[in-house]
Amino acid sequence: MRALSIQQLHKTYKNGFEALNDIQLEVEQGDFFALLGPNGAGKSTTIGIITSLITKTSGRIQVFDADLDTDRELAKSYIGLVPQEFNFNGFEQVKHILITQAGYYGVPAKEAETHADELLKKLGLWDKRHSSARALSGGMKRRLMIARALVHQPKLLILDEPTAGVDIELRRSMWTFLRDINRQGTTIILTTHYLEEAENLCRNIAIIDKGQIIENTDMKSLLNRLDRETFVLDLKQPLTDLSALADLCCHQVDSTTLEIELCRSESLNSLFNRLSECGIEVASMKNKANRLEELFLTLVESSETQQ
Amino acid sequence: MRVARHQQHWIAFSTIVTREVRRFLRIWAQTLLPPAITMTLYFIIFGNLIGARIGDMGGFSYIEYIAPGIIMMAVINNAYANVASSFFSAKFQNHIEELIVAPVPNYVILAGYVAGGTARGLFVGLIVTVVALFFTHLPVQNLLLTFSVVLLSAILFALGGFINAIYARSFDEISIIPTFILTPLTYLGGVFYSISLLPDFWQHVSMLNPVLYMVNAFRYGLLGASDINLWLAFGIIVLFIAALSWYALHLLDKGTGLRK
Repeated sequence: MRALSIQQLHKTYKNGFEALNDIQLEVEQGDFFALLGPNGAGKSTTIGIITSLITKTSGRIQVFDADLDTDRELAKSYIGLVPQEFNFNGFEQVKHILITQAGYYGVPAKEAETHADELLKKLGLWDKRHSSARALSGGMKRRLMIARALVHQPKLLILDEPTAGVDIELRRSMWTFLRDINRQGTTIILTTHYLEEAENLCRNIAIIDKGQIIENTDMKSLLNRLDRETFVLDLKQPLTDLSALADLCCHQVDSTTLEIELCRSESLNSLFNRLSECGIEVASMKNKANRLEELFLTLVESSETQQ
Repeated sequence: MRVARHQQHWIAFSTIVTREVRRFLRIWAQTLLPPAITMTLYFIIFGNLIGARIGDMGGFSYIEYIAPGIIMMAVINNAYANVASSFFSAKFQNHIEELIVAPVPNYVILAGYVAGGTARGLFVGLIVTVVALFFTHLPVQNLLLTFSVVLLSAILFALGGFINAIYARSFDEISIIPTFILTPLTYLGGVFYSISLLPDFWQHVSMLNPVLYMVNAFRYGLLGASDINLWLAFGIIVLFIAALSWYALHLLDKGTGLRK
C-alpha cells in the first residue's frame, strides 16, 4: 500500500510565483523517505499542501488511499507533522500540549494521557512535563515537537528539518529514535539540509528543485551513480615534492594535507600502495564531502544548467 | 482504540473548550479581575454617587436600572475579547497550525472557540452580578429568559471576536473593533438610560443598535421592564448569530488569514 501518493501537484501563489510544477511522488508504506532540495525548491510547500497548511492550485493527494479532497478527515488522521519552526503555545505546560493535540485527533482522554506519558519518557521530557514549553532548551523543544506529532500514533510521520540547530549528540539520539519508530511500522518522510542524515536514515529519496522533482530513486542506486570521490589525507610527515604523484588527480592543501580525487574504478588499495612506494605515510583519511552531498550538488547544478 | 467520527468531533470540541477555559483561568489577573474592578467603579460612581441625584428611571432606582446593562456589557466585552485575543494569539504564535493539521472540521473549531468565549463571558457576568448584589437588589423576574438572553448575547459577541481575529494581522487590529464599534454600541445601547428619554429621531436610530435589544431583553428578565419588544429582541439576536456563524464558517472554509 502507498502511504502517500501525489499526482500532478501544482501551486502558484497569488503573486504569480510558481512554487510547484507538476509534482508526482509516491511513498510506500513503511518507507523512510528523504525529500531533499535547496532552499526555496518547494519542499516546505509540498509538505504544507499535504498537511493542509497551504492550499494547492491543482493536483491530487492520497494518504493511505484516503483522498485529501474527498476524505479529508481520514487522510489527516493518518499524518503527524514536525514542522520546521516551533509552533506550540509556549505558555502551556508540556504535557498539556501533548494531551491537547491528541484531543484534536479524537483520542479519548485516558488513552491520550497514556500515550503522552510514554512519549515524554522515551524522549527524555518526563522531568519537564509540568514546565511551560517556553522554558525548555532548544533541543527539548525539538523533542517536544516530535512527541506532539506522534501522540495520536500517526501512520505517516512528516519531519521538516527536525534536527536543524540541534547538537550532534542529540541529533544521533533522534536518529536512533526515528529508526525505531520506522522499524515499528511508521512511514517517515524527512526533509533535511544535513545530507549525512538522509544518507544514514533513508531508503528512498526524491530531490526537488525549482518546484519539480529532478530525481526520485532509492538511496543505493543514487549513491552508486557517484563516479568520483574526493578524499582528504592527513600525512605523518610534511610533503615537499608532489611530482611523484603527478599522474594522480591530487592537490596539496598544506604541507601535511593532501586531497585526492578517485574514480569508482580505482581502488583504495592501489592508492595506498602507490603512496607507500613514494614513502608517504598516511595518519588518517576522510571523505572531503558527504557522498550524497556531492551527488546532490551535481544533480541540482545540472538541473540549473538545463533550465 | 478507534472511536466513531462524531465522538472524535466531540472530543476535539471539548479539548478546545477545556484549553480555552484553562487559558482564561490561568491569566485571571488579565481576564477576570479587570472587569470586576471596572464594574465596581461603575456601580460606585454611576450608581451610588451620580445615580442618587438622578432619581428613578423606568420606575426603578437608577442603580437598579443600570445594573442589568452593566452586567450585559461585561458579558459582551469579555466574550468578544476572549475569542479575539485567543484565536489571534494562536495565529500569531502559529500554534493554530496544530488545529489546521488535525482532522477537526471547521464547525468544531468555530464552536470550540465560541464556547470558550461564551464561558468567559458568563463567568465574568457571574462575578459582576455578585459585585452588583453588594450595591443593589436584583429581582429575577424570569430566570430562563434572563439566562437565555445572556447566553445568546455571549455567543453572538464571541462570534464577532472570532471574525475579528480571522481578519486581524496585528494586535492593534484586534483592539480597533472593540474601541471604535463595540464600546460606542454598548454605551449607546441603553445601558445607562432608557431610550424613551431621547428625541424621536434618536430613538429610531437607537433601534438599529443590536446591543439595545440584548440589554433590554436582559433587563426585562431581571426587572420586568424593557424599551423594546421581547420577541423582536430574540429574533434579532438569533438572526445575527446565524449570519455571523455562516460568515465565520465561510472564512474558515476559504482559509482566510490561516492558509497560504
